Amino acid sequence: MDNHYYNSKDLGKFGNIAEYQKELADKFFSYYGEVFKDSHLTAKEKSLIALAVAHAVQCPYCIDAYSSDAYEKGYSEAQMMEAVHVASAIKGGAVLVHGVQMMNKVKEIGM
Amino acid sequence: MIKSLKVLQHPLSDSLNQLALLEPDSDHPKSSFKASLEQFGLFPLKTSVLEIFQINLGKMCNQTCRHCHVDAGPDRKEIMSRQAMELCLQVLKHTEIKTVDLTGGAPELNPDFRWFVQEIKKLGKHILVRCNLTIIVANKRFNDLPEFFKEHQVEVVSSLPSFTQDRTDRQRGDGVFEDSIKALRMLNAVGYGQEGSGLILNLVYNPAGAFLPPSQIALETEYKKELSVRYGILFNQLFAITNMPISRYLDYLLTSGNYERYMDKLISAFNPASVQNLMCRTMLSVGWDGYLYDCDFNQMLDLKVSTSTSQHISDFDFEGLKNRDIVIKQHCFGCTAGEGSSCGGSLSV
Repeated sequence: MDNHYYNSKDLGKFGNIAEYQKELADKFFSYYGEVFKDSHLTAKEKSLIALAVAHAVQCPYCIDAYSSDAYEKGYSEAQMMEAVHVASAIKGGAVLVHGVQMMNKVKEIGM
Repeated sequence: MIKSLKVLQHPLSDSLNQLALLEPDSDHPKSSFKASLEQFGLFPLKTSVLEIFQINLGKMCNQTCRHCHVDAGPDRKEIMSRQAMELCLQVLKHTEIKTVDLTGGAPELNPDFRWFVQEIKKLGKHILVRCNLTIIVANKRFNDLPEFFKEHQVEVVSSLPSFTQDRTDRQRGDGVFEDSIKALRMLNAVGYGQEGSGLILNLVYNPAGAFLPPSQIALETEYKKELSVRYGILFNQLFAITNMPISRYLDYLLTSGNYERYMDKLISAFNPASVQNLMCRTMLSVGWDGYLYDCDFNQMLDLKVSTSTSQHISDFDFEGLKNRDIVIKQHCFGCTAGEGSSCGGSLSV
């Protein structure tokens, strides 16, 4: 298959979104930059959170970006995989906790 | 232990092959280092005041690190002679150079290392030794190095790419982390890194992979905390140094499929503000055989100083070497990427 919805080189073109709406893009990138600065959480801690969220939202660009960033900032392979498990647990839990809603409905209509 | 590229007769052990590989793509002439300097009016790159004399005492080392730009190792036999050291001392005696930076290989493996340090000290110069740490515990005859360094007020600069064993050993070889921790404790025990002792112990971080160093300030804070809590180790400063795409690290980039991406990263991270503080502007690098270079990296690529009348320590001409054009090639992007990089770490802090 030579036609993909995702192209890894597109990550480097992220800034191009400003071509169609500069004002909002500038605000977004400015906000983005601020979010990832050292503050109450360190930039390193934020990188690991971003890695977990990237997996939860299944964004391939974000996974590439934050796998590199978290490793470069010094996290080990095991720490990074544990972060992915946290994302998995929350996503899995989010599915399963809806099982209670399913049970409620079944109990409501069943004899 | 892995063998050096030279002993393996690897094509990259020839500096001409490295330089040919690093040449900018003719389709993208703007990605040349020269063009990048020209764009900001920084070409030709000129030297400033000569402050540091960096001397390579030889390529022999007890380690074979995967990123080594010297291609050093136990199988390298190149060692600076006492005669060349005497010529260096003559130059130091008659110039205002303040700092002498001794490097290798493992400089301590040169049989005249201690004599040389003593002689330099007699001239009142500040001495900095790039010690790989493990040499201190490699053999009983080196166990007193911390005391020797202390006696001569030597500043110690040592590589430790991580505060974890895994990453350190992957870059520097099995068992290096454990031995490094032992050596750091021995240095701390005589006062190195201790507040008020005046004995300086600085650490160097090199990325263990195909990426650039993170923020030097954040890294130093983390190193200080982790090394203190885990091992009770103290040090003064952490220098974050970018790996140069030459020699063994170049081989790693090529074999791991990271070369193009890494060069793109270096080039796109070109920071014109770092140029003013480049180490080549204030230092002179002396090879084990006495030849003169603008920096240690140029030395490994056999790019001698542009001053044709003074290319060897035996015909050192201070006036001729002043305000010379610095020899630049594509590897120089390694020193200008992001926060910039030098033997003293990031250039922007």
